[in-house]
Amino acid sequence: MLWEVALLVLIVIAGTSGELCMSRAMKTIGEVKDFRPMSLLRVIVRAMQVGWMWIGFFLMVVAFLALLGALSMENVSFVVPVTAISYAAGALGGKIFLGERVSPQRWAGVALVCLGVTLVIIGRN
Amino acid sequence: MKASSNLHSKTFLLILSMVTFGPLGNTLLGKGMKQVGTISIRTLPDLVHVASRVFTSGTIWLGMISLLMFFISYMLVLSWADYSYVQPSSAFAYGIVALWGHFLLHETVTPTRWLGVLVIGAGVFVVGYTHPRTTEHN
Repeated sequence: MLWEVALLVLIVIAGTSGELCMSRAMKTIGEVKDFRPMSLLRVIVRAMQVGWMWIGFFLMVVAFLALLGALSMENVSFVVPVTAISYAAGALGGKIFLGERVSPQRWAGVALVCLGVTLVIIGRN
Repeated sequence: MKASSNLHSKTFLLILSMVTFGPLGNTLLGKGMKQVGTISIRTLPDLVHVASRVFTSGTIWLGMISLLMFFISYMLVLSWADYSYVQPSSAFAYGIVALWGHFLLHETVTPTRWLGVLVIGAGVFVVGYTHPRTTEHN
């Protein structure tokens, strides 16, 4: 039971932190305004030179491995709804780590998304 | 005003790209792996055989291209939009999968799942009415 809880916590924390790191890396690149293929390729190459991007990839791989580990112990119908907490963790991480202003309205939307994702997964045949 | 409208439009387009290509990629990969069949790797020739089956499957390639499109869209939108805006909005992919399952694949979608899709839609709508960017940018 302890292992299962540890893996679920790891999925949420590593997965969300990985995406937050990727977001931070992209914010250092700056707003993409030119969508021509060569310009986009240059943006991707520049992003790959930012350390946060690699930390993000590493954390996302850790989250994926933790997900595989959790799925080997528990049913997907239990594991995936639990990971819906990631949406709340993401809003909190955006506020703390990226300095985003998360308004009460956005929090309300995030809460609805968490509830909805849980219902969708519980409602699978 | 025009800049704000432009920001909303390109954010919307890239989130639309994410919620389209993400589930499409997962579905195609799942379908492709089913076509490949059960994988059993005991020796090096087994590995080569499995790899050749995986990488000669057009469905798997299409799935990988779709997931690449999803990932590039995600990276690009995060260059200007808040993570706390993009992440919940991208949950609309769950709704797309349910609609897809019902109308294209004629799967049974339970009432609980439809309710979940509606609640996600409401959540995305509420998040969508906040400004996509609340931080300073380069």
